[in-house]
Amino acid sequence: MRNLFGYFKNYKLQSVLGPFFKLLEALFELFVPIVVGLIVDRGLGALENGGYPNANGGYIVKMCLLLSGFGLLGLAFSVTAQYFAAKAATGVAADMRRDLFRKIQSLSYKDIDKLGAATMLTRMTSDVDKFQSGVNLALRLFLRSPFIVFGAMITAYFVDPASIGIFAIAIAALAVVVFAVMFICMPLYKRAQEKLDKVLLSTRENLTGARVVRAFCLEETEKGTFDERNERLNKSRKFVGVLAAITNPLTYVLVNFAIIALIYTGALRVELGNLSQGSVLALYNLMSQILIELIKLANLIVTVTKAAACGGRISTVLKMQPSLAVDEDGEKQYGETDEIVRFENVTVRYNDEADAALADLSLSVKRGETVGVIGGTGSGKTTLVNVIPHFYDVQEGSVYVGGRNVREKGLQTYLRERIGVVPQKAVLFKGTVRENLLWGKADATDEALWKALEIARADEFLREKQGLDTPVEQGGKNFSGGQKQRLTVARALVREPDVLILDDSSSALDYATDAELRKGIRQLQTTTFIVSQRASSVRDADKIVVLDDGKAVGIGTHETLMQTCEVYREIYFSQYDEGVQG
Amino acid sequence: MKKKPTTLRRVLRYVGKYPFSLIGSLLFSLLSVAATLFVPVFFGDAIDCIVGKGNVDFDGLKAVFIKTAIAVGIAAVSQWLVSICNNRISCNVVRDLRRDAFAKIGKLPLGYLDTHAHGDTVSRVIADAEQFSEGLLMGFTQFFTGITTIIGTIAFMLLTNWKIGLVVVFLTPLSVLIAKFVATHTHKFFVEQAKTRGEQTAFVEEAIGGLKTTQAFAREEENQEKFDEVNGRLKKASMNATFYSSLVNPSTRFINNIVYAVVALIGALDVARGVTLAGAVFTVGGLTKFLSYVNQYTKPFNEISGVVTELKSSFACAARIFELIDEREETPDTDNIVMGEAAGDIHLEDVAFSYTAEKKLIEDLSLQVARGQKIAIVGRTGSGKTTLINLLMRFYDVNEGAVKVDGLDIRDVTRRSLRENYGMVLQETWLKSGTVRENIKMGKPDATDEEIIAAAKAAHAHSFIKRMEKGYDTQLNEDGGNLSEGQKQLLCIARVMLALPPVLILDEATSSIDTRTERKISDAFHTLMQGRTTFIVAHRLSTIVHADCILVLENGRVVEQGTHAQLLQTNGAYSQLYNKQFA
Repeated sequence: MRNLFGYFKNYKLQSVLGPFFKLLEALFELFVPIVVGLIVDRGLGALENGGYPNANGGYIVKMCLLLSGFGLLGLAFSVTAQYFAAKAATGVAADMRRDLFRKIQSLSYKDIDKLGAATMLTRMTSDVDKFQSGVNLALRLFLRSPFIVFGAMITAYFVDPASIGIFAIAIAALAVVVFAVMFICMPLYKRAQEKLDKVLLSTRENLTGARVVRAFCLEETEKGTFDERNERLNKSRKFVGVLAAITNPLTYVLVNFAIIALIYTGALRVELGNLSQGSVLALYNLMSQILIELIKLANLIVTVTKAAACGGRISTVLKMQPSLAVDEDGEKQYGETDEIVRFENVTVRYNDEADAALADLSLSVKRGETVGVIGGTGSGKTTLVNVIPHFYDVQEGSVYVGGRNVREKGLQTYLRERIGVVPQKAVLFKGTVRENLLWGKADATDEALWKALEIARADEFLREKQGLDTPVEQGGKNFSGGQKQRLTVARALVREPDVLILDDSSSALDYATDAELRKGIRQLQTTTFIVSQRASSVRDADKIVVLDDGKAVGIGTHETLMQTCEVYREIYFSQYDEGVQG
Repeated sequence: MKKKPTTLRRVLRYVGKYPFSLIGSLLFSLLSVAATLFVPVFFGDAIDCIVGKGNVDFDGLKAVFIKTAIAVGIAAVSQWLVSICNNRISCNVVRDLRRDAFAKIGKLPLGYLDTHAHGDTVSRVIADAEQFSEGLLMGFTQFFTGITTIIGTIAFMLLTNWKIGLVVVFLTPLSVLIAKFVATHTHKFFVEQAKTRGEQTAFVEEAIGGLKTTQAFAREEENQEKFDEVNGRLKKASMNATFYSSLVNPSTRFINNIVYAVVALIGALDVARGVTLAGAVFTVGGLTKFLSYVNQYTKPFNEISGVVTELKSSFACAARIFELIDEREETPDTDNIVMGEAAGDIHLEDVAFSYTAEKKLIEDLSLQVARGQKIAIVGRTGSGKTTLINLLMRFYDVNEGAVKVDGLDIRDVTRRSLRENYGMVLQETWLKSGTVRENIKMGKPDATDEEIIAAAKAAHAHSFIKRMEKGYDTQLNEDGGNLSEGQKQLLCIARVMLALPPVLILDEATSSIDTRTERKISDAFHTLMQGRTTFIVAHRLSTIVHADCILVLENGRVVEQGTHAQLLQTNGAYSQLYNKQFA
């Protein structure tokens, strides 16, 4: 949580002025009991024979006008305070969202997989929103309460110095109650919130998995699970409710007993002639103000407690260290070596206990070569290509690109600029086709874009639409799977990369289009990695890496592998049997 | 049709299930309000006991203090009890609402679930219920006590000094008017804020979904710039909404202060003149009571205007939940026959079906499948393959004709007993959060570990499961988390391998699995299919060449039917599809 306080630095002025004006407003509220006391003591004068012969009507009117004036000033100050508080709260929230977004963008593939998209989204939206309203309230009201409470005590000191003891004891006792309840309830709220997450999970799963749940006749079981989670949430809500509800009655009792004490000691001093009736009245009103303030405070604490829980969730994301540090200024470049990519005994593990996703792989690739990577589901194909642009870190061994270790500091930006990746999942962004393609290279000409589209075999269907200006809906929904794949290939080609990585990026294409696309790419003479499950896609590669459970069980050309590698032969024949093609 | 009861009435019906808490809440709030109102009266009396030097009535003070202590005690205890009752009511009501809503989800026709955004339904069950609960709690706590307080104070004020009382009664509602004025004029700022927030959420959603691509293209800075632009606008909109709406409090407080000053003025002058009201002299103590009543009286006024808004929006939330609860359910089947283990003869008789009335899909479809046959269904996207499966499983009911299993119309048997006869693997895999083991044994909850491992081995899932952190006890996130599509599919296959139902439905069951693994599994599949009626939907034609019968669908009609060899000879739609794939 502490790291969140830094956000107030940019809004120092507002964060100070907000509460300051609130203080001024509170100050005028504190004058009210004194003025009322004065009305009784001076305006009415002494009680004689059951009446007030010395009453000063003009004085009373003057004092009441003063009260109205205080009200007006209070309004002005409080509006000013609201303005600054709102300014600070919205500013802090906006900065937080900015940094959260930056942080999320800096996370590595591994972190993204672990955190999940849904969590990232809620942290950025609803958590920040709740935090914002919490800050706004806190700046406006959370500080007002202590002002009033302590202000009342100080004012009481001026009215009657002897009363300060009662005020001090009462305030200390009240503080203990308020903070004890907050301290006990905060973790309970958090736990209740976690239980709500479980209820949400049940609901979501039963919607997304409706077919499976019904196919396996699990409706009753699932309902049981939901009811159980729902009941758990209910229990914990009720429990924390009982505890939280004790604040108000307790403070009420404390304040009223303090008032009794005040009136009693006041009475003793009035009897001796050391204090006036109006002063006792003022003291009573001051203590009542404390009570009103505390009731407000108790209601606020709930909101602020919830906001603090959200703040905690935001803080954990902001504190996350990307498991791969992205260097800010990537100055470094790699050299023009003939051997463009080299793997030296590379082992990758996604977590310490798991088996290696890629084990002890060594590979050397020359400029212009085409490398095919083939293997079963989960055999490590994607891992192999993802360590080249350093999306994931290697645990053992090293990966070199252009003669430099990809882990070198300052190299990352250049690496990502010079390596074109077409990921498994074809992702397009809302905008136009042109905007999407320019991701590859911001200053590419239309001519260059069309050339890339032609190679990716995406030109034809685009011409039928609105060409480069064809709009792309969110998630590229208005294109078919195959069209999306071809567009993402084109996007990578626009950048004219040193190394092109096609990660199973033609799975939705028919065999003929796939072959044409590969032919086009081959003519570019770019170093290319083709990851595929199709033997036909990698067959013509200069080198084929055959992976099985993370291990390279064969590296070589199609012809050699057909003779030496059993796994490759199996894959091949699983696709070309029955003499369909030989 | 019965007239639908109003939201309010339905909410009350839910609340009515907790009569003790309800009565407790009402009773104790009355008690607490009454006790709370007496306390200032006592303190006023106490002030009157202290007149001046040598003129203090200590005996009177003592009596007043004892009364005060009792009133404070009653007020405090009943306040606490009120809160507990209210909290119970709101928590229980929301639990009941959620339970009913969830139970509904299990009974909704799939047609509903397929056509309604899941996010929307989730937000009804979670967010709407949440907001409703908060509104209900606030309403219960503040509405009732607020109104009793107002009535109590008005009565007291009018009785002791009707002149001041009237002034207060007429001036205070001004604050409500101001609150309303501000609310109507800030509405547009809230709309603007919500709109911009929606825009930002959509952008973030897209950015997070495509994060890997963004990083691969080193486009973080550009995205950040775009984000900052929207973020800046949101900041401004949110500033406006926050600031202008926060004007309500100071303005109403201002009105209260004015009322306070007026009461002080009239009251003090009355005291000075020694006015006699209701048979008693209006004293300083009387003024004291009045001033503290003004504070107590105006407070609920300010709160109630807030509560009304809150209640309004919480009832809107409740209405959304009721809307879900009111959705039409699947036709009930409790009276239907419970089917035993089926032999697997399946007949489709003149089946017609369409999702929407405007667009006809399946018409006049008839099909005879004998037990143990393997039926492959091929066709382009949208030709009705998945629809056919939907009808077989009775996820949807046919519009005309009938689907019969072992001669029984499936509408005459319970869904449960029908579906227990099916084993299904879909292209879209679904795993629930839980361990790998729990996911595999979904179809057979009482399976032993040996059976589970055997099934996983048959599905070729055992080797990767073993490599996971905790093997079969590895916790999977919602929808499979870290597993690849292929691995998820293998787990779903293991599920069916364990359940061993008489009829199998494989809808693109191996689409994400590499061909080599597929080949290995296919042996296991072959064994599994022995003696079981099987429906296979597949894009990859190599997986269906051994089927007993291949159905080629086009626009909901069977255009060709026969074995692989027969269909290739006829040189029709099937052979075109087949040749395209291997050209």
